[in-house]
Amino acid sequence: MGDAAPGPTAGGVSSFPAIRGCAQSMAVSPDYDLECEAVSKSFGPVRAVDDVSFEIPSGSFFSILGPSGCGKTTLMRMIAGFEDPSSGDIRIKGRSVVAVPPNRRNVKMVFQHLALFPMMNVYENIAYGLRCNGVAKAEIRRKVMDVLERIALPDVAERQIHQLSGGQKQRIAIARCMVLDPDVLLLDEPLGALDLKLREAMKIELKLLQHQFNTTFVYITHDQSEALVMSDRVAVMNHGRFEQIGTPQELYHRPASAFVAGFVGDANRWSGRVAEVANPHARVETAAGLSALCVPADGQALRAGDAVEVFVRPEFIRAERLAGVEQSAGNSLAGTVDSLLFNGANSRVLVRCDNAALIEADVTLTGGPDDLRPGEAVRLSWAPEQAKCFAAEAARP
Amino acid sequence: MRQSDFRRLSLILLFAPFALWILLLIVLPHIGMGVLALREKVGPRVYEFGFGNFLEFAHEPIYWNTLIRTGTMSLLVTALALLIGFPIAYYIAKVAGRRARGALFLICLIPLWVSDLIRAFGWILLLRETGVISSALQAMGLVDGPIELLYNDATVIIGLVYTVILFMIVPLVSTLDGMDNAMIEAGYNLGGTGFTVLRRIIVPYAMPGIVAGCIIVFMLTAGSYLTPILLGGKYSSWFTETIYQQFITRYNWEGGAAFGFLLLAFTSAVVWIGLKLSGQTLAGTVAKS
Repeated sequence: MGDAAPGPTAGGVSSFPAIRGCAQSMAVSPDYDLECEAVSKSFGPVRAVDDVSFEIPSGSFFSILGPSGCGKTTLMRMIAGFEDPSSGDIRIKGRSVVAVPPNRRNVKMVFQHLALFPMMNVYENIAYGLRCNGVAKAEIRRKVMDVLERIALPDVAERQIHQLSGGQKQRIAIARCMVLDPDVLLLDEPLGALDLKLREAMKIELKLLQHQFNTTFVYITHDQSEALVMSDRVAVMNHGRFEQIGTPQELYHRPASAFVAGFVGDANRWSGRVAEVANPHARVETAAGLSALCVPADGQALRAGDAVEVFVRPEFIRAERLAGVEQSAGNSLAGTVDSLLFNGANSRVLVRCDNAALIEADVTLTGGPDDLRPGEAVRLSWAPEQAKCFAAEAARP
Repeated sequence: MRQSDFRRLSLILLFAPFALWILLLIVLPHIGMGVLALREKVGPRVYEFGFGNFLEFAHEPIYWNTLIRTGTMSLLVTALALLIGFPIAYYIAKVAGRRARGALFLICLIPLWVSDLIRAFGWILLLRETGVISSALQAMGLVDGPIELLYNDATVIIGLVYTVILFMIVPLVSTLDGMDNAMIEAGYNLGGTGFTVLRRIIVPYAMPGIVAGCIIVFMLTAGSYLTPILLGGKYSSWFTETIYQQFITRYNWEGGAAFGFLLLAFTSAVVWIGLKLSGQTLAGTVAKS
């Protein structure tokens, strides 16, 4: 993939040393395929994308995760060149592309509904981009057949688009872009239209394709499981801003904001007030009357009386029958099983506590006699380290 | 059982007006005309079965010249309507905002609110020797004397394009409207220039609408009577005028009927060739647009 633009890489890097210098080591090739610097986009009074900066190292799988309307599609369209940023700079392989029209950027895009051309067959769809670049006929045939081979669909060249299955269409849409050796491949929720089983399979397949082509993938999604499973790094976006950029593990275990904690993965969420601060823990009294030990999330300085939100993931809460369990050092709470949410390995139990709050906890249901049953008295316990609290955000809706 | 009877009855009732219309106003008159066309006049009030009326057409160059001329000019009008209508339709369907779209469509419809005749007289008011344009040019000192802009082929073509262009725009808008914008963007994203995207993506996608629009416009133009006569005068040599002359002036209904069938056969043949050349089917274009 590197042969697509060898010259510009070297030239571009040397022309922007000051911007990149401080954070990264002064290595000769800070290999970033895509960099966005303070990119903003306003539609009238609405700021769809607000001061977003990030860089993506070559060959990595980067996801932008956010709820619908958070500006992630606008950001992607700016990278592809369909929208002009109101301010900021976008660089591909070190070269600013803000003034480059979309058809001259070496950034290819897999659209949400794939946008395969229905009036052309598979071969013509893939050959379209090569033909636009003026590649010789024999070369086109070789490249198309090669890419079809790589996506494991060598026999579909002469098929019409409507004869393909959902997963095949998906792969053709990716092949159509990859045959052009893009610097960056943008994917705009391409799995949205598939059914669940196929979606799960395609997640793995996308990751494998990314490894195989070794191209930088930028994946836009509102589905956190897609982002977590496939990505090397994920950016969580909300209201046009990046809330956090990190590996899936970082996002999940060390969320930087209440929004990230709530959006990535499931969590029990309580709002309350800090009763006392005793490093490293803080005692929080929730509105529902629950009292729990928590740890302030990274970079949060809390004082007694602050309004906070507490997040505890269900898998960190242990639910055990009340009999024979002694009070542990951490947080512990008595309640009765309200209902079981059976979902195979991801089964949950909903526990109603004495103060009427419902708490979700992961349980293992084996189908044997030891399983919890609705109505049973249980004790919930969790370590204070697993309860993250964040200063409540008053202004943001 | 009663439910299915009811459904059958409602189907019949819904279908009846259409069937009556086809039968009474299309099929029966054409059978009548067919019979008429195949009657040869051998003497006063004496008729024989034969193809004499059609042979008369073949023997008289002025007739088939007129037919060819009507066909070529209709094709020219169709091409012009497509060239002018396509950008308009593209603008309405893809560029204009949701609210502007309705207003623009309405503006396109406005000419239809006025009768054909009045519209033709409007053109006459503008273009005749003492008309608006001629007077304006004289007032500006650009021409010395009054100029006659009516009664030439260019005027007839302009008038016809003006009359029929809406029927080109409507099917084009509806096909282009169904096109996902992402497809155009994908065309650019994969490296296509504006021209490539138009030629390889937009036009092929809009083909059913283009063909449907062209068929409608060609049929309307070739069968039009008022506009060529009023704007082209007696030299317009439109085939419908020849048919009119057979029926009314010469009171030769047999000849007129035969010519009518010839016009129908001719336009059908042109449409058939057009469909073959564009690789479309009649059902495909009509269903899609």
